[in-house]
Amino acid sequence: MIEIRKINKSFNENHILKDVTFTFEKSKTNLIIGESGSGKTTLLKILIGLYKHDSGSVLFNQQKVNLMSKKQKRHLRQDIGMLFQGGALYDYMSVEENIMFPLTMFTNKSKKEKLNRVNFCLERVNLSNKNNLMPSELSGGMIKRVAIARAISMGPKYLLCDEPNSGLDPKTAILIDDLIKEITLEYNITTVVNTHDMNSVMQIGDNIAFINKGEIWWKGNNEELIISKNKELNNFVFASKLFKRLKQ
Amino acid sequence: MSKIFRHIGNYLIMMFRVINKPNKWIVFKKQLILELEKVGLNSIGIVFIISFFVGGVVSIQTAYNLESPLLPMYIIGLASRDSLILEFSPTMISLILAGKVGSSIASELGTMRVTEQIDALEIMGVNSASFLILPKLIACILFFPILVIMSMSIGMIGAWIGGLSADISTSEFLYGLKYEFNPFYITYALIKTIFFAFVISSVSAYFGYNTKGGAINVGKASTKAVVVSSIIILILNYILTDLLLS
Repeated sequence: MIEIRKINKSFNENHILKDVTFTFEKSKTNLIIGESGSGKTTLLKILIGLYKHDSGSVLFNQQKVNLMSKKQKRHLRQDIGMLFQGGALYDYMSVEENIMFPLTMFTNKSKKEKLNRVNFCLERVNLSNKNNLMPSELSGGMIKRVAIARAISMGPKYLLCDEPNSGLDPKTAILIDDLIKEITLEYNITTVVNTHDMNSVMQIGDNIAFINKGEIWWKGNNEELIISKNKELNNFVFASKLFKRLKQ
Repeated sequence: MSKIFRHIGNYLIMMFRVINKPNKWIVFKKQLILELEKVGLNSIGIVFIISFFVGGVVSIQTAYNLESPLLPMYIIGLASRDSLILEFSPTMISLILAGKVGSSIASELGTMRVTEQIDALEIMGVNSASFLILPKLIACILFFPILVIMSMSIGMIGAWIGGLSADISTSEFLYGLKYEFNPFYITYALIKTIFFAFVISSVSAYFGYNTKGGAINVGKASTKAVVVSSIIILILNYILTDLLLS
């Protein structure tokens, strides 16, 4: 479980996040939704420690991150799997080397054990036998799947995904969503997905936070979202004509 | 002015992170070999070509300007030797390497930054500055002196061939090459090269590592890396020459 309490963050004069409080629950796909520029990426970067928040606290498994020792923080980082918007695969490494990289850096496993784990992760994302391909030889969907395989290679407790569906066709996007959902349940992890893709919201939204102008305006799940009367949320979620008709 | 001090401060902070014990020596060794190939082996060709032709031109120009019968012909070999060892090989080759290697380091790190590959390393708990920059720094410091020695040798072959075309006999040229040779010149050239290697790798890495934005900024970072490294090399060249030779 990840909790954020009264998080505030400003960049110069711009107050990006204002007193944001939310709980990302274990074994659920927790979604942060909101318009571009609403502060969702900033919130995700605060969660993973790439940005420092001005005030408030972030708790991983009820432990405040800012009170952790360096060693504890290092261990925590190894418990976090991150899926970046563009995949962020190391382009000079093959698929196998990319997935093996965290295992080589942080474990003392033998080459055979590491290879077994890589093959297991690749199988899990339906990319068996793609070990020797380079990132430049992969499609957008494959890059995302390899990135997921790398994120789960260390058996993380937390999986954080930044817009996992951006740039993907609807069919592949659903495949990625389903994969994230399956992995969350299978490994009993806390997953946080940052998205503005409404298909994802409907497909995997177990616990949703709607951010608008740096504040949380609505919380709930995908079923509650459909019947919500929150005007700002409805304007965002049901922005397209199709979704408006479905809502009616 | 405050911008310069901010850059210096950020550069020093980055260097403190770079000079750190690697997480895993086996991974570091692999990275180092990769970098030796990228910054060293892949630069041999350009160093050979430039050194050979510049050596030849130096010799022909010296011969052309010293046509007095009072001056011995071996002076062509001596002048070529000294200009190659003292200035061309360490300084000019370093400036060329600042363009080739420096821009490659800056654009590689800049691209890694804008495609979030550096963030991915940080999130895993890897010291990205040390992991990415330290092997480049060591590869440059180890390999640039080798390139400079190669440049001196090839430059002298070029100078000999240039001398032949200006009617300087091989024996006269060789006599000039050996005449009153001071081995400290080589030490001086290598000391300069080590400093320049550090400047090229660290300054280029600084601009690449701190790139923000997209492709345009990667290009800007690469240009800044080459310009700033070249200026620092020229200033440092003056200071080191003054300290070591005066």
